[in-house]
Amino acid sequence: MGGYTPFREANAFFGNLYDLFAGLNVFGVSLIPEWLAYFVAGFLVIFIVINVVVITTTVGTWVERRLIGRIQSRLGPNRWGPFGLLTPVADALKLLTKEDTRPEGVDGWVFNLAPLVFILGPLLVFAVIPFGKNTYVADLNIGILFIIAVTTVPTIAMFMAGWGSGNRYSLFGAMRGVAQLVSYEVPLVLSIVGVLLLAGSLSLVDIVESQRIPFILIQPLGFFIFIVAISAEMNRSPFDIVEADSELVAGFHTEYSGMKWGTFQLAEFIAPFGAASIITTLFLKGWEGPVLPSHLWFFIKVWAIWFILLWVRATLPRLRVDQIMALAWKFLFPLGLINLFITAGLLLIWEDPTTIQLWAMGGINWVIALVCLVVSSHLMSDKLTARPPLAPVPGRSSGRAQEAR
Amino acid sequence: MTLRTEPVTINLGPQHPSTHGVFRMRITFDGEVILDVEPVFGYLHRGSEKLAEERTYAQVVTLTDRLDYVSSMSNNLAYVLAVEKLAGIQPPERAMYLRVIAAELQRISSHLVATGFFLNDLGALATPLMYCFREREKILDLFEMLCGARITLSYMRVGGVFQDAPTEFWPAIRDFLSFMPEYVDEYEKMLTGNEILLSRTKDVGILAGETAINCSASGPVLRSAGVNWDLRKADPYDVYDRLEFDVPVGTVGDNYDRYLLRIAEIRQSLRIIEQCVDQIPEGPVRERIPNLVRPPVGDAYAHVESPKGELGFYLVSDGSIAPYRCKIRSPSLINLTVLRDILIGWKLADMIVTFGSIDINMGEVDR
Repeated sequence: MGGYTPFREANAFFGNLYDLFAGLNVFGVSLIPEWLAYFVAGFLVIFIVINVVVITTTVGTWVERRLIGRIQSRLGPNRWGPFGLLTPVADALKLLTKEDTRPEGVDGWVFNLAPLVFILGPLLVFAVIPFGKNTYVADLNIGILFIIAVTTVPTIAMFMAGWGSGNRYSLFGAMRGVAQLVSYEVPLVLSIVGVLLLAGSLSLVDIVESQRIPFILIQPLGFFIFIVAISAEMNRSPFDIVEADSELVAGFHTEYSGMKWGTFQLAEFIAPFGAASIITTLFLKGWEGPVLPSHLWFFIKVWAIWFILLWVRATLPRLRVDQIMALAWKFLFPLGLINLFITAGLLLIWEDPTTIQLWAMGGINWVIALVCLVVSSHLMSDKLTARPPLAPVPGRSSGRAQEAR
Repeated sequence: MTLRTEPVTINLGPQHPSTHGVFRMRITFDGEVILDVEPVFGYLHRGSEKLAEERTYAQVVTLTDRLDYVSSMSNNLAYVLAVEKLAGIQPPERAMYLRVIAAELQRISSHLVATGFFLNDLGALATPLMYCFREREKILDLFEMLCGARITLSYMRVGGVFQDAPTEFWPAIRDFLSFMPEYVDEYEKMLTGNEILLSRTKDVGILAGETAINCSASGPVLRSAGVNWDLRKADPYDVYDRLEFDVPVGTVGDNYDRYLLRIAEIRQSLRIIEQCVDQIPEGPVRERIPNLVRPPVGDAYAHVESPKGELGFYLVSDGSIAPYRCKIRSPSLINLTVLRDILIGWKLADMIVTFGSIDINMGEVDR
């Protein structure tokens, strides 16, 4: 088992658990063989991560509803427990005890599998996220590629749900979802490539460690494109056409009820945390930060990004399907290309940039980002100028108004 | 090779989050594009017109509350005007002013609901809706002072109003008039220039003035199409001919114009209320008339500019204590007839928004 030693040392999270189990002994006789300790520790790591994620999300639903309540100048849920803190528990109980209706004419297997596949994507993202110093489930050397791959999995589930339901609203939602994913995957990947060039690695652990300056300062355009594209991938407002409640009732999960619906909702609430974790790792220097412990820094950054996503969700109306596609291909895609070319060009000049050169790159990129955003928003918005307030006209009067005075 | 595609038919409603009640549309889509729209009415039919024949003239007021339940005051007003015309009753001055105040407050509240739900249809997660409802709440509080009710008001009576406004009403309405313009500014600041709202509503669902006239549309839908027609100016009732106000008129007739028009009308309504509060004379608020009004044999039609458009009541009397026939010209139903003309060729999402911008109320459509 000596071959696992470097792995155990790098991954303190797993390593400590392994040492705990492997070290269990009675008078020097080991209780658990090394190979079993290896598995138990592995499963425990996964168990802990998934539960932390799910519990964070459950608290997140409460925070989200309270914050949106504040944004909408109302109170939000405040009945169950102090400040309504038990509302998620009540919600979960209600969903678990609810009748699971299954309409006539659904495609059984596809219909039942869809929620499980749907929650897979957001959960798998956390497999490669470093939550703190030496704390992660796995350090894949293709980590970012893995994330891009698993974030597309929910779309398959979406289409399964839309097709399996045998409902036309669901099918509409599913078709929109697939079209949206295909469009937004391109700017999403393009925006990451800039980061990868700077970091020189696909592993998320390496990306965090290679950030002498948070990459948001060097890659402002990339950050902007990424946050827009990831919102679209998660179907968050203003890109929530997939389940547009005012148009498609609930989109692809119209026909689901009970805990199947709950699973969809859980996945949708986990997704922003996943997105915030990716953004934190790629652009905000991950878990690194002064004074406070690394895990706390990670959580602070994740919640900050999550709050921005929530704020946007509570503020903006929804775009139309063709406008969303136009935004991806006419706006984000060229910007992503510009960002990639500039970053690559600058790295060609300064092959191994020093910290000062990195700041210089950041300065150049900020100027370019601002110019690009101003120019392209002008190009996009020839129609988007507000009309002056309607000129009031005296109205067709019977003439009695003058007489009365 | 060309792929064969098939049009899809969707039954939108009667249970659907954004049909504003139980309206149903049978829509044929080519992908997302609308090929045909066929509205189906009647899911909320309660026979109000027939019920009116079984009740005395005073009792029918409560039925009118339930027509357009977000603008009960306007419905009350249209009905009592028709009865007064039929029976030749002249309400006292103070009552007429109170009616105008109530009707204009109701217009503001109805336009707030319309704007809020319009934004909700745009997918704004209820935030603008909550903001609009915050101010509507203040108006409902004022109504509560006037008549004790908040939604189904039944405030108007044949020959006047139910009761005089209590003394605390006047400072409250002055207060309302002082803070409301700021809130309207706030809506404009947050909504009018919003890029997503602009891209979704500007030049979408354009209604030509001619089509609007041919469809007999009225209210904001007609005025947004550039037709200057407001019954408060064209055929003034109560004390509108003594008040100074303007009629906002749209230029393009798209969804954005309809939104702008409602905001502009809120401002004009505030102007009207301010003048009424200044001008209102002292005196009785209700003409002394018998409990059971028996109008002479004949018929009468009275119409008001309700928040949704021209709301008319046509009453036929056979000399008894109940109307022989009560026909309601509801603006919501007639405004819906423009739907097919402006929707074909647009997308599903535009359809919901256009439908929201027309601002109908199912209680009034089906009666």
